[in-house]
Amino acid sequence: MATPIESPITFTNVGKARWWQSGIFASQTGYVLLALVALFVVMHFASPYFFTEGNMQNVAKNFSFIAIATLGVTFVIITGGIDLSVGSMMCFSAMITSMLMTDVSTPGVPGASWFVHLAADGKTVVANVPGLILAVSVLAGLGVALIVGLVNGFCIAVLGLSPFVTTLGMLSIVRGLGYVVSNGRGSFPSGPDADYFYALTSGDLFGMPAPFIYLLVLAVAMAVVLHHTAFGRHVFALGGNEKAAAVTGISVVRVKIEVYVICALAAGLQGIIISGWLGSAPANMATSYELNIIAAAVIGGANLAGGGGGPLGAIVGCVLLEVIRNGLVLAQVSSYWQQTLVGVIIILAVLVDRIRSRMA
Amino acid sequence: MVTPHAAWQPVLELTGIGKQFGAIRALHGVDMRIFPGEVVGLMGDNGAGKSTLVKVIAGNFPPNHGEIRFEGKAVHFTRPIDARAVGIEVVYQDLALADNLTAAANVFLGRELKRKFGPFALLDHKTMELRSETRPHDLVKQMSGGQRQAVAIARTRLSNAKLVMMDEPTAAISVRQVEQVLSLIRRLKEQGVAVMLISHRMPDVFAVCDRVVVMRRGEKRADKGIGDTSPEEVTSLITGAKEAA
Repeated sequence: MATPIESPITFTNVGKARWWQSGIFASQTGYVLLALVALFVVMHFASPYFFTEGNMQNVAKNFSFIAIATLGVTFVIITGGIDLSVGSMMCFSAMITSMLMTDVSTPGVPGASWFVHLAADGKTVVANVPGLILAVSVLAGLGVALIVGLVNGFCIAVLGLSPFVTTLGMLSIVRGLGYVVSNGRGSFPSGPDADYFYALTSGDLFGMPAPFIYLLVLAVAMAVVLHHTAFGRHVFALGGNEKAAAVTGISVVRVKIEVYVICALAAGLQGIIISGWLGSAPANMATSYELNIIAAAVIGGANLAGGGGGPLGAIVGCVLLEVIRNGLVLAQVSSYWQQTLVGVIIILAVLVDRIRSRMA
Repeated sequence: MVTPHAAWQPVLELTGIGKQFGAIRALHGVDMRIFPGEVVGLMGDNGAGKSTLVKVIAGNFPPNHGEIRFEGKAVHFTRPIDARAVGIEVVYQDLALADNLTAAANVFLGRELKRKFGPFALLDHKTMELRSETRPHDLVKQMSGGQRQAVAIARTRLSNAKLVMMDEPTAAISVRQVEQVLSLIRRLKEQGVAVMLISHRMPDVFAVCDRVVVMRRGEKRADKGIGDTSPEEVTSLITGAKEAA
């Protein structure tokens, strides 16, 4: 029961913000989206190939390859944290998935008899239950991501270590573990379920690349979670004022652990999808991807100081990076310029936002 | 009008509260009673023990000695959330607001209203905005000091608070906004909420409080009805020019 309201508190000297001064129009995401549209127009006139169906599909596919991980890291960035271990995590999950898929499909390997048997000809390997191997290996890949996320979250939320240092260590630990389990060799998803795997990761659904569909579904889910659940609100509150969040009774430790788990899971899923597209999970896969992923999130408006960001921004950031890369290729500019340009754009995006908030 | 409802049960009753931090005696033998609808000013110089006392009552840490009774029942708080559960709310000096969220989001922070959609519980934005008593859509970072204060106070009014402790609510805001905050305190009083006002600003204390309690060196030095004392006496009690009253 709340106390009854006689007259709400009002301050007559403060005006109402205009529609263009609030929401997406006043956000960094909005400006970058505008820049992106401009870039599309420029590209259209610069290259006749840019708006062809093949190239658009290519762009959609390529940016989806980092965008899911970017959604995950955006959660962490909103709370004011950072996760540098996403690149290694992508590789490790992909590796576990493809190694397990191959191993349990090899008759003679312990446990393989649960999943496969030899056909009558004595050579063909047949799955006992179609799809089971795929499900188990993908779950295993996500399972290791879950563990890594829990460890990250525990170190940061419970032990109070700095997110930067913890995840920098984890970057090295997980990459090292990848080399250990694979002996430095890449692994190739194979076995009776490999066809499903390739279909689900690099195939098309409704005429669109499958990863792009996953991205859209996850982005919508993320938007709902961030803006329409108590958890999402607590994620923002943590980034805005962690002390306030704690005194209002929010379980800061739990929310922090949850965001690092979400981030690791997103990175793991992303890695598994990439391995399907590559057809293998090399031990050096996704090296230094964490920088592109964090850059994409920041360009799209995620605030490294905490408190701001969202799925639209994450996707816009990823698309911008990919269109620039694609555009430079189409314009036959040396691809070495790409990195330089990405750096310039990161600084510009943040600078424009800073200037805007000074003027407001 | 010392204790206008002397026959009533006090909402909060402290007996012999003491708190030590290592060798430092932050509180010693503090007795205090607060009645429903009473506004008590808690005054004292920096280091007098005001904040420690508030933190003990708010459940930030337990006292080493003494007993806290809330509505007649002995209570032992180990976490702030325990104190909130029985109806003690604190408006912190730094207000504990998340700048990046709207006023409504801040008011309901940690106790969001939800609606069930099958297995999912989604935020009930509409009801929260209606009940937040503020400009619900405005971001707190765009607000003035007084507005922020209003948001922090609105937060306490949502819960069924019986005792609201305010730490320096008028320290950082304009004169006109001070008046608005004081009228908010009066409104809480009318609704039978007990208010403890921690303040350095003598005029504010004398404007709204029924009673003033002065702390010095961890001890309660005075506990007087506002009509029985004067700003000069309170000042000399705070500085130690007068030992006790």
